[in-house]
Amino acid sequence: MLDGNAIAGTLSAVFGADMTLAVSTCGGCGARGPLAETAVYLHAPGLVVRCRTCDSVLVVVVERDGRYCVDVRGVAGLGEPPRPAAGRRP
Amino acid sequence: MNWSIATVVDVLAETDRTVSIVLEVPGWPGHRAGQHVDVRLTAEDGYQAQRSYSIASAPDDDTLVLTVERLDDGEVSSYLAGELRAADELELRGPIGGYFVWDGSLGGPLMLIGGGSGIVPLRAMLRHRIAQSSTVPVRLLYSARTRADLIYHDELVAAAREPGIDVRYTLTRDQPEGWDGYDRRVDLELIRDAVWPPADRPLVYVCGPTAFVEVAADALVSLGHEPGRIRTERFGPTGR
Repeated sequence: MLDGNAIAGTLSAVFGADMTLAVSTCGGCGARGPLAETAVYLHAPGLVVRCRTCDSVLVVVVERDGRYCVDVRGVAGLGEPPRPAAGRRP
Repeated sequence: MNWSIATVVDVLAETDRTVSIVLEVPGWPGHRAGQHVDVRLTAEDGYQAQRSYSIASAPDDDTLVLTVERLDDGEVSSYLAGELRAADELELRGPIGGYFVWDGSLGGPLMLIGGGSGIVPLRAMLRHRIAQSSTVPVRLLYSARTRADLIYHDELVAAAREPGIDVRYTLTRDQPEGWDGYDRRVDLELIRDAVWPPADRPLVYVCGPTAFVEVAADALVSLGHEPGRIRTERFGPTGR
């Protein structure tokens, strides 16, 4: 198990911006925190992002033939990534 | 973010298991200390493998450097830290990440805690702090198995002579005779001893294998450090 930093490149490719500082809210338990601090499993089928508090699946990303399929049903809310100047101090 | 082709300028041995790869990347936009890149290898049959590696150089350095540890069954690292040679090309994308980064505007005191090759992004922060002539107090706690496993040892010894920089080591497996550093795995007592007290509100960066990071971060929180001032990055055989 790693953390959200490990998939920052893929998230950046999917969302078009760095998402590590974006705050997600878990649809299972309501815990909030930056995506960088989530639990990440790289060797599930696809990339699996889980809540560090309750272990619910937040996001699944599967890449095939250069296309990304992203399942975000486990996320109750996802904040906009802060702009670089504002993002330095979460 | 697009993939681009980097050219290897040099490959430097750091320890028995780690190399620093000096890269030339056309159009490189610059990076912040602590960021990483994704590296992608493609086999002749089209099979691709991708890993993330921290940037070891400071934003102020002239070249982009990655330091890579060769893992026993690492399909990417065994190539990068075994077969890669100058003039080879690598596919990479970056710089990546906005969370595990430090620059002078974030202030300090700056506490860096690294386990094994988790030292790499912390070294970029330390070099940046020095290159910027920042006066932010820095303390580095660096855990490795043996002295021979310490990456950048000479550089860290030199850095520790600068005012405001304190470097402490723990060797968990084997200590040379006369060793005056710590001699065990990072635990609560070691964190209490080596880290500024919570009242000093250090900004703490912890990087290393997952288990190392969990122990250090849990110890920091239980000692009363603010979770919002602790930033973590986990390395692993499946990632970095």
